[in-house]
Amino acid sequence: MTSKATGTPVLAGRDLISMRDISREELLAFLDEASAFENYTHPILHGKVLGSLFFEPSTRTNLSFSSAMHRLGGNVIGFADAKVSSTAKGESLVDTIRVVENYCDIVLIRHPLEGAARLAAESTGLPVINAGDGTNQHPTQTLLDLYTIRQKRGRLDNLKIAFIGDLKYSRTVHSLIETLTHFDNEIFLVSPPTLRMPAEFLEELDARGTVYSEDEDFFSIASDVDILYTTRIQQERFPDAVEYEKVKNAYRIDRASIERIGGSVTVMHPLPRLQEISRDLDDYPGSAYFDQARNGVTVRKAVLSMLLGVSRE
Amino acid sequence: MSEQAADPRSGEKRPAEARAAVPQSGDKQIKVTALREGTVIDHLVAGTALKVLTVLGIKFEGAVTIGLNLDSRKAGRKDIIKIEKREVTPEEVSRIALISPRASFSIIRDYQVVDKFTPTLPEQIENMIRCPNPSCVSTAPWMSTKFTVLRTDPIRVRCHYCERSLRKEEIELL
Repeated sequence: MTSKATGTPVLAGRDLISMRDISREELLAFLDEASAFENYTHPILHGKVLGSLFFEPSTRTNLSFSSAMHRLGGNVIGFADAKVSSTAKGESLVDTIRVVENYCDIVLIRHPLEGAARLAAESTGLPVINAGDGTNQHPTQTLLDLYTIRQKRGRLDNLKIAFIGDLKYSRTVHSLIETLTHFDNEIFLVSPPTLRMPAEFLEELDARGTVYSEDEDFFSIASDVDILYTTRIQQERFPDAVEYEKVKNAYRIDRASIERIGGSVTVMHPLPRLQEISRDLDDYPGSAYFDQARNGVTVRKAVLSMLLGVSRE
Repeated sequence: MSEQAADPRSGEKRPAEARAAVPQSGDKQIKVTALREGTVIDHLVAGTALKVLTVLGIKFEGAVTIGLNLDSRKAGRKDIIKIEKREVTPEEVSRIALISPRASFSIIRDYQVVDKFTPTLPEQIENMIRCPNPSCVSTAPWMSTKFTVLRTDPIRVRCHYCERSLRKEEIELL
């Protein structure tokens, strides 16, 4: 991924904080370059150190970044729980970043406060990657989702994409839908009334001219859908347990429901799943959720290399 | 209450506010004293004048005249404020624009309107708005807040940190 004007990597030295910072052209160039990182294991990041700061727990993102760094010959330092960092002793986030920047070449941060990654990026000259800031952004999740969509469907436009489940709180869905407004697609939003997409995101879709519809019934919209992006409905979002019981299985996708839809739908999920995707779908050819996990490493290898300004050999 | 001052370029000295009567329903009019030095903030959204006064602070050297819920040809209803011996600063203008984007400002010197303008918001607003998101990192007491102006009318801003977008009614000034 290089700038045509300068020949230098477009994201070199940049931060990856929010998908809102990335243009359509940069996104497409990134996805092109990322595909070259599939199965790529040359030690091009030898001698580079990733400072991995997880102020709240994460399993897949943390392991996925570590795997990406190790597969390219780099090293990882950091912590996986703020209880073991100086934050527990009252050290401010800015101070933590100012200290850690002396130990590494690139910073990865997950933090419960929204905007923490942006603040971290403003506190250091090193590239900073946002691995999730509260309910705000998780840009590498969006990148790997887009990568998977293009891998499975061969394009990012002229698709019918249904989002199902918790559309109110899911940052994954918000970020992916907003980024998809760069492209011409038809979006279906399926959720219980209490978990509808927030108005500000619908306004954004309207402003960008994206065609979308909202529904509570999955089967009323499901025919001819290309992508089915399902999300976890979390019990803690429901003050009334009875309400949760009503909806928890309403958006459960299984082999029978996929056969009822017909066609060749690609089923995606950011994982971990609860009951929303039946295990009898795991060997369905269109199931892409484990591919998403694999693509996460590919995409993160590309992100680390590009931000560090290191080209493939 | 529109400005009745002579064209400042004419050199003719006429009390800017001498004929600044506020048309009301029927034939009744409110007479307002002429302003020698100060600022007139007109076309405020009805009901916002008191909020604008808090932006300007409560200590004034001269008289302050407030008109609430007056007839307006443009907006139906409007508020207006006249402040004696006080000119607004650019920062105050930006703050007031967040409350009332279509407000107009007239700067009066020696009974003349020497400047009249409507506010334009900068692309980025620093340290003027409080982010209402309790999970936003900018709510820490030592942090500056920063907002990007997405739209001006109706106003819509986005927090630089948590990226939450706020409508006019959600905007709380610092």
